[in-house]
Parts: sequence; structure tokens; C-alpha cells
Amino acid sequence: MSTVADLVQWGLRGALLPRRRALVLRLGAVLTFLLLWSLASGLVVLLNLFNPIFLAGPWLVLGTMIQLVATGQLWGHVIATLVRVIVGFATGAVLALALGLPAGHFRVVRNLLEPIVEILRPIPPLAMLPLFIVWVGIGETSKIAFITYATFFPMFLTTVHGVQQVDPLLLRAAASLGARRGQLFFRVVLPAALPEILTGIRLGVALSFFVIVISEFIGAEEGLGYLINDGRNFFLVPQMLGAAIVLGLLGYSGNALVVLLGRRWLRWEGPPAS
Amino acid sequence: MSPASLVGTGGARVQIEGVHKEFPVDGRSTPALVGVSLEVSAGELLCLLGPSGCGKSTLLNIVAGFLPPTGGRVLVDGTPVTGPGPERGVVFQEYVLFPWLTVAQNVEFGPRLTGMEAARCREIVARYLDMVGLREHATKFPVQLSGGMKQRVAIARALANNPSIVLMDEPFGALDAQTREVMQEELSRIQRLEHKTIVFVTHSIREAVYLADRVVVMTRSPGRIKEVFTIKLPEVRDRFAPEFTRYEAAITRLVKEEVAMVRE
Repeated sequence: MSTVADLVQWGLRGALLPRRRALVLRLGAVLTFLLLWSLASGLVVLLNLFNPIFLAGPWLVLGTMIQLVATGQLWGHVIATLVRVIVGFATGAVLALALGLPAGHFRVVRNLLEPIVEILRPIPPLAMLPLFIVWVGIGETSKIAFITYATFFPMFLTTVHGVQQVDPLLLRAAASLGARRGQLFFRVVLPAALPEILTGIRLGVALSFFVIVISEFIGAEEGLGYLINDGRNFFLVPQMLGAAIVLGLLGYSGNALVVLLGRRWLRWEGPPAS
Repeated sequence: MSPASLVGTGGARVQIEGVHKEFPVDGRSTPALVGVSLEVSAGELLCLLGPSGCGKSTLLNIVAGFLPPTGGRVLVDGTPVTGPGPERGVVFQEYVLFPWLTVAQNVEFGPRLTGMEAARCREIVARYLDMVGLREHATKFPVQLSGGMKQRVAIARALANNPSIVLMDEPFGALDAQTREVMQEELSRIQRLEHKTIVFVTHSIREAVYLADRVVVMTRSPGRIKEVFTIKLPEVRDRFAPEFTRYEAAITRLVKEEVAMVRE
């Protein structure tokens, strides 16, 4: 519990815990969660509450995953999902930068693009999924195109905003050091907008894992979303949970990768907050 | 290469000819500067002094090429100013360092733009970081520096680009009183080495008398030139000398008169 003295010294962020103590607390939380999960599923079996198939214990999930790994099935699904996410997200990011940077920089471009984005953005991307399937079929293209579509909006908007909020004084300083238009853009606007662009990229990564699952529910032959849907059809709860956990791990790693890149590129922002 | 070729090339002449500036306020255009004419000779340090809102920063921004004048023009060595340019270095009150670049990278920003080779850039950076006493901080980022250190970097960055004119907009206004006096002493020392033409905006009378060859006192809004004082004091100045205090008192009386007139 933080005391008033701690609060006034550190704010709500709290004092930095010693590394080892923080690690012990975090590991303890995970173990407690697994323990409670095991207890619950054990009780279901012991007291014969309902069909234990509905709440498989963590050992069953682990067993199923080991089996999927051993038979070599899991990798195919992981790779299928990852390829879709990487291609779809990368295309979305390239488009968002290619349109967002000029839209932030030139008022004409902004006025041309913004109304279209403002019309499409409030539509939940998932509402467009059936349309994508009608347009480009249920193959790989529709899944990749859908991720591109869904991730484009947050990345486009943060890029536009990042460019727009660049301090005009920085541009004045660079111009009076002799920077011309192109140099102003590449040496001032781009680096100054980078923190916000990276925030958009983090949103995009999270969103691509969010939407890939649903598009893999529909007409997929492989992928983690397919694995979950397959598990539903055949009542394989451990497989559903296992695939979900793998998705979680992938999303976590994706985010960690962007954070790591950010730490390299944004060293100048000062020491990280925690 | 001889070290002499690293030394700056001295100042240019600035002519401000009948400059007017109007800004729209509530849909009506309101004058901020009225018929300002002034000549700054090469190598001169000129202070623009006046109460806040007198248009002294506006005048500086016009000379820098950040704002177009509504009327009149500014000439640098006979060439009219149409926009910002590398021959007119600017030092801002808010430092305005590039936060993503290290101290050394900030200082070499201007030379690098010209495509100057890395080895020569390094020499220039070393020379100007030595001049402002920041050599051992070359690899730090601006966020790690104090206000005084940031302003030293900004001055080094402006000088490393070898401008003939340096425009300084209340550069020491955000610093504490002690740091401020140290910075004034450093600027005066640097100016004795570099002989730039400097236009220095301030509202501190002491600062103006300490630094300037001439002090231009401006009237309250709309800005006009009220009076020009030539400071006939030795290059290295003593803030406690009786002549120093006399200039301070004379200018103070003039500025007070200006503020009092607005009250009536």
C-alpha cells in the first residue's frame, strides 16, 4: 500500500519496486491464476457439476498443445496466421504512411482524404468483412485485405496528427539553418512525428491480431482462428483455449517488438517512465 | 587545413527600411510596427529594448524572414529578405533544439545540410562546443540538459552554420538571474572572437547596456523607434562602473515614461 509520502514523491505510478520483488509478484500472480483454474476444473470433475469437457484444466490444454506441436500441426497454423498478419499489417502501414504523411503536410491532400476517412472510420471494420468476402472471395486475399483495411485507419490518423502537431518553431529553426522543403520534411517533420507514428503502429499490430481471428473463422483451412473454430465444431475445448493462448502470446510478442524498436528510435525522449 | 579557416567570417550590414506590420485583431487590421527604419552596421551588436507587446520580436521575425512585412523592406548587404536563410542565424528564447539529435548533431545540423564532409563537420562541432564549454556533453540529448546548457547549444548551433547575422529573441529570458549574467558574459566574449552582426531582443535594461554597441528603445504598441543610445563603454564591461549605471538610469527613465504614458 502506498503511503501519502510515496504518493507525493512518485505520483500514482508508484515507487520503482526492486526488480526481483516485482518479478516474484508477477510470477506469483500467474501461478495463482493457474492454480485457481486447476482447482475449478478439478472441482467440476470431483463434484460431477457438469460435463468436464466445458472447463478443461490447464494440464489438458498443455497436453493438447504438446500433441499439436509433436504432430507438427501447430506450426502450420501459426505460420498461416503470422503470414496473413504480417502481410496485411505491413500493407496497411505502408498505405497509412504513404497517404498520412502527405495528408499531414499538405492541406490540399488532407482536405481530399479526410472526408472519405471520416465516413468510413466509424463503421466497425468487422461489418465490412462479409463485403470483402463477396468482393475478393474467401481465400488469402480477402483475409489480408481485411487486415490492411482495419489497421489503416488508426495508423493513418496518428500519422496525420503526428505530422500536424510538429512544432512550427522547429521548422523555423531548421529553415534559418538553411533547410529547404525536402530537408525540412525528412530531417524535421519525420523525426518529430515519429513518436506518434509509432503509437499508431502499436495500435495497428494489436488490431491485426484482433481481426485475423474472425476472418479465419470464415472459410479458412488453417490458421489459429481456424483451429479455434475447428475446436468449436468438434467440442475440443482444450484446443480452443490453446489456440487462444498462442494468439495471445503472438500479440504480446508483436507489441513487445514495437516497444523495443521505439526504445531504440526514441532514446531522445529520455528514460522510460517505469 | 589551417584552424583559421574554421573561424567565422564576420558580419553583414542590415538595413530596415520603413517597415510596417499589421496583424488582424477581431477582423480589423491593427498596426504592430509603424515606419521602423534602422541600419545595423557589420559586426555591431544592437539591442532592441521595449516593454512586452511593443513589436520588438515581430521586427526580429521580419528580419529573420519568418513574417513578411506589410510595408517596407529589409536588406542584408543590399539583398532584400524574402524568407529565412542560413546567413541569418536565429537563437530563440525557447531554445528550440532538435530533441531527437544529440548535442553534437544539433550543432552540425546546418553544416550537414550543405553536404559538408563529416571530418570537417566534426572540426566545426568541436570548435563551437569548446567555445560554449560543452565538449564533454556532445553525446547527450537535449532532454538531459539544463536551460542554460540548452541555450549554449542553440548558440553553438547558430554560430557553427557561420551566419553573418545572428538574431536573438530574448535568448536568456527563461534563465535564472545568475545563469543569465554568465551567459551575457559568454556572449560578449564570443562576439569579441566572431564579430557577427547581432540583433538582440530583450526587455532587460541591464542586459542591453551590458551587451550592446547601440540600444534601440521602442515605444509601446504600435512599435516605433523612440530613441537610440550609443553605449560608449569599453568592450569588457563592468556592471558596477558609474558610467554603466548612468546609461542604465537614463534608459530606465525613458522606458518608465513610455509605460506611464500608456497608463494615462
